[in-house]
Amino acid sequence: MPISINPQMMREIIMDHYNNPLHKKVPENLEGYKKIRMDSDSCIDDITIYLKIENDTILDATFDGVACTISTSSTDILCDLIIGKSLKDALYIVEQYKNMIYEKEFDDSVLDELIVFINTHKQAARIKCATLGPTGVEDILNGKDDK
Amino acid sequence: MFDVNKIRKDFPMLNGKHFTNNGKPIIYFDNAATTFKPYSVIEATDKYYKEENANAHRGDYDLAYRVDKEVDSVREKVAKFFNANKIEIVFTSGCSMSMNLVAFGYGFKYLKKDDEILLTEAEHASNVLPWFKVSELTGAKIRYIPLTKEGRLTPENLRKVINKNVKVVSVAQITNVLGFKNDIKELSKIAHEFGAILVCDAAQSAPHMKIDVKDLDCDFMCLSGHKMCGPTGIGVLYGKYDLLKITDPFMTGGGDNARFDMCGNVAYLEPPAKFEAGTMNLAGIYGLGAAIDYLNEIGMENIEKYEIELHDYAISKLKTIKDLTIYNESADSGIITLNYNGVFAQDEASYLNSQGICVRSGEHCAKLLKDILKTPATVRVSFYFYNTKEEIDELYKALKNGGNFLDAYFN
Repeated sequence: MPISINPQMMREIIMDHYNNPLHKKVPENLEGYKKIRMDSDSCIDDITIYLKIENDTILDATFDGVACTISTSSTDILCDLIIGKSLKDALYIVEQYKNMIYEKEFDDSVLDELIVFINTHKQAARIKCATLGPTGVEDILNGKDDK
Repeated sequence: MFDVNKIRKDFPMLNGKHFTNNGKPIIYFDNAATTFKPYSVIEATDKYYKEENANAHRGDYDLAYRVDKEVDSVREKVAKFFNANKIEIVFTSGCSMSMNLVAFGYGFKYLKKDDEILLTEAEHASNVLPWFKVSELTGAKIRYIPLTKEGRLTPENLRKVINKNVKVVSVAQITNVLGFKNDIKELSKIAHEFGAILVCDAAQSAPHMKIDVKDLDCDFMCLSGHKMCGPTGIGVLYGKYDLLKITDPFMTGGGDNARFDMCGNVAYLEPPAKFEAGTMNLAGIYGLGAAIDYLNEIGMENIEKYEIELHDYAISKLKTIKDLTIYNESADSGIITLNYNGVFAQDEASYLNSQGICVRSGEHCAKLLKDILKTPATVRVSFYFYNTKEEIDELYKALKNGGNFLDAYFN
């Protein structure tokens, strides 16, 4: 995705993933899923993320709960991006995404629609929203699991 | 004469030199969370550090004597402010600590299995979680007094559920999400008929209205200084003296005992000193004294009247925005809880921030209340006497465009 994407398109992407998230659901059969509950201490966002990983590949990624537009859409886009990827590739995406959020150098070639969150740093209070889901995904990829 | 423009000059945070990160002048509507401080309060806390810095309870030198005298004088001021006796005023770190002191010092000591504690679903976490602990430790049961459909607590509803097993009724005088005023006097009367004590959470009422504890006849009352122009980290517990005498200290240590030996014999001081172990927030006490002087000068009746005026003005304007849901139009205080239809509360609050307006999104710690509001989150706007109608006009303008909340994210 080109970085020249305009604000109107960014807005539409965010709203689309908020109003019609592709991956916002609890898996029907939880067997084989790792999960983590991300309960923000500074706001009301409260989401649980579910990842199914087999042979180093992410077979499924979903989330559920109550969360704002930025949290919901960033988590939904990330879930979409990492399904089918290896743990290493997925971790790389999260790392580059966080680099972007925290205004460090980042590799935009792997971020796809996540680029729409590039303005987050302008609203400091939103950094927590934009990183809540991705941090949960990262935690699971690093071995955490709320049984 | 109440003159808001004159009042605003007393507050450094209202000097027009404070801006959001995107350069908008700050309009502060989160007064239910904490309030701005006038110069006089800041100067009083400074005075402790700059001129009278010594520990209390050290009678050996003049400097310490001055601190003791000031602590005593502020205690007197607080007592007078609420029509209590000086010995019934305990300094704490804030309302939460006051609540915990009552729950652990009194509730944990006297409640037994099958006793009952009555709360409501509109209480702040600080008036719920300590009682959960007491229930866990003693086996006493927690029950909720039903609220009206609107979310109000009525004396009739207390009557419906109270019985001889109820030992504690603990409720807010003004609730922190809906801003409804409860009739503490009548609720106390009913509680006493059944042999229960009434604990009044005055965190949201003490800053905004005149309180006479003798008239209310509540048994304990808890409040925070920082919500009434005072410093953070200082609060008050009022308790009827006979009850304070039989309440255990929540913390023990230096300053709360007359003598002790290593066999476990301790002679605690009389209240309030027995509850004030450790070095207190002395600068906070100095500041609280100045805050009370400041509020007295303006007059609590004037403050309450003006805040109701702001509330009614805001409601009349906001009501005209058709996409707004207001949950407590008839609130008896300066608290307005709302949502912009279809916009998550946090998104709306974040948008208002981009317009310079500070409000709170969330469940406001009243997590249980969502069963009544039927929404997981709301935006809370809360006024204090230094807010103006012009500021409310700005809120109205911002909320009219409240559906375009993502503007904030791109501009």
